[in-house]
Amino acid sequence: MPNLRDVCRYIRSKNAGPFWVTIDLFFKDEESFRKYHASEAISPPRIAEAYGVDPALVKYFAVDNLNVVKISFPRKTPQGGVVERDIHQGQQYVRLLSIELT
Amino acid sequence: MNPMKQTVNVLVPVGQLGGGIRAEEVANGIAWGAHAIAVDAGSTDSGAAYLAMEMSKNSCAAVKRDLQILMEAQARARIPLTIGSCGQAGGDAGVNWTRDIVVELAEELKLHPRIALLYSEQDKRVLKEKNAQGKIQALPPPHPMTDALIDSCDHIVAAMGAEPYIAALDAGADIVLGGRTTDTAVIAALPLMRGSGAGAAWHAAKIAECGALCTTDPARGSGVFLRIGEDSFVVEPLSTGIRCDTYSVSAHMLYENSDPFRLIEPGGILDVTAARYHQLDERSVRVVGSRWETRPYTMKLEGAAGGPFQTIMLIGIQDPSVLANLDRFHDRMLAALHGRVSRSIGEGVDYDISLRLYGWNAVSGLPVSSDATPPREVGVLFVATAPSQEMATRIAKTCNPYFFHFPLEAGTELPSYGFPFSPAEIERGRVYEFELNHVVAVNDPLELVRIEWVKRFDAKA
Repeated sequence: MPNLRDVCRYIRSKNAGPFWVTIDLFFKDEESFRKYHASEAISPPRIAEAYGVDPALVKYFAVDNLNVVKISFPRKTPQGGVVERDIHQGQQYVRLLSIELT
Repeated sequence: MNPMKQTVNVLVPVGQLGGGIRAEEVANGIAWGAHAIAVDAGSTDSGAAYLAMEMSKNSCAAVKRDLQILMEAQARARIPLTIGSCGQAGGDAGVNWTRDIVVELAEELKLHPRIALLYSEQDKRVLKEKNAQGKIQALPPPHPMTDALIDSCDHIVAAMGAEPYIAALDAGADIVLGGRTTDTAVIAALPLMRGSGAGAAWHAAKIAECGALCTTDPARGSGVFLRIGEDSFVVEPLSTGIRCDTYSVSAHMLYENSDPFRLIEPGGILDVTAARYHQLDERSVRVVGSRWETRPYTMKLEGAAGGPFQTIMLIGIQDPSVLANLDRFHDRMLAALHGRVSRSIGEGVDYDISLRLYGWNAVSGLPVSSDATPPREVGVLFVATAPSQEMATRIAKTCNPYFFHFPLEAGTELPSYGFPFSPAEIERGRVYEFELNHVVAVNDPLELVRIEWVKRFDAKA
């Protein structure tokens, strides 16, 4: 089974306002998108687990004209708090790179 | 080139005022028939400190430089200039800061614009009344609104829609300086006022809000040009050397949005589910099918509060034995530092120490897999958080010898890690957080907005 990084040409994460994070998975091509966009490995429950957030609040969108999956969820700690590690959340996608798609 | 008969054309010179406007791009947009220049000057992205401390991320010099290009273009072309979220956070202080720069420039350039100021900083008393009337609603992740939460904020702003800009433009403003505004509203205002389709106007504004970010080569351009019609719009880069394509334009709906199809604005929702993107020519893209759904009018509240204080220290470590045992080193050092604080300062102090190992796991905060290769070096950031700056610094000073000389194994010689600064401790100030994630319902889009005019250039005043 491929890793997420093998089937995407670009993956990014970014804050969407102070309380949300959004992750965009740009699949390599239509074929990769079709094959893997609904993979259980990137489903809301699994994303919730990876980021320690409430699965009920994870939003998942398949944007088929762009071969993109967008996943958004509330930040675990508010932006700029006492133990802030990544104000823009721009590095938080990295933990998804090597997840195995099923 | 343009399939639409009558369009309202908006020149968006850059994604953020102060970000580096290019004079040649602005000249292009004016030559192409711009009816307005619109730009956003702020964002919450850089954190709550800017709202709480009433300061801008951009320097006065950078904002003045950009404003000079825009004010000269505005005066020459006699088209309005609208600027949203002035001074970064869009509080009253940010509007006044920008106003002062604009007034200074007007004097230097011998210009006489009619300047409207839109203030949207909120009175806590008014918000408490709104809350008592059930007019304030929490957004997900929900956090109930209380008087105490309102009181905890240093400053609270409400994000304006297009209506206050339209009111100012209707009253003859040449330049509108707005407080906190949605990124899109400041761009959509003139098209909406002149009768463009709401779906097209809001979608165009969303695509253009970050300037050249919707082009194929954002590093080589700053702004974009919009032609907005009744049911479609065209976007192209202001720089002739770069392009917009259907991918670069449609992908921008993903950017910093939690939902790629629906964007919530003060008086409605932009829905781009049915939008279609067509390559019009090599450089421009035409978009059709954007829809606008009118909703009860609400304004998003942003409130920032100052919390505890922090003092930081930094070391670099290349010692291979430490690098091969980083997690153990971290845990032992943290325990030693807490022990040191409790012995020298005593119990009962509300404080926190965090050690962040840059080069190991500082950015994620997650455990590192046991088979990971040791890094070549790490930087360790020490962060003491306490109720006062004095206490945070006292904790840092107390920890100083342990932090710089803590051995991996107890009972061995004391190492000296690489520390770059003297004095070693750096007072970082307060921790600031956004406290509000709520919307307030209003009876009228101007209910919570104050419009004022700069008198000195107003010939009619």
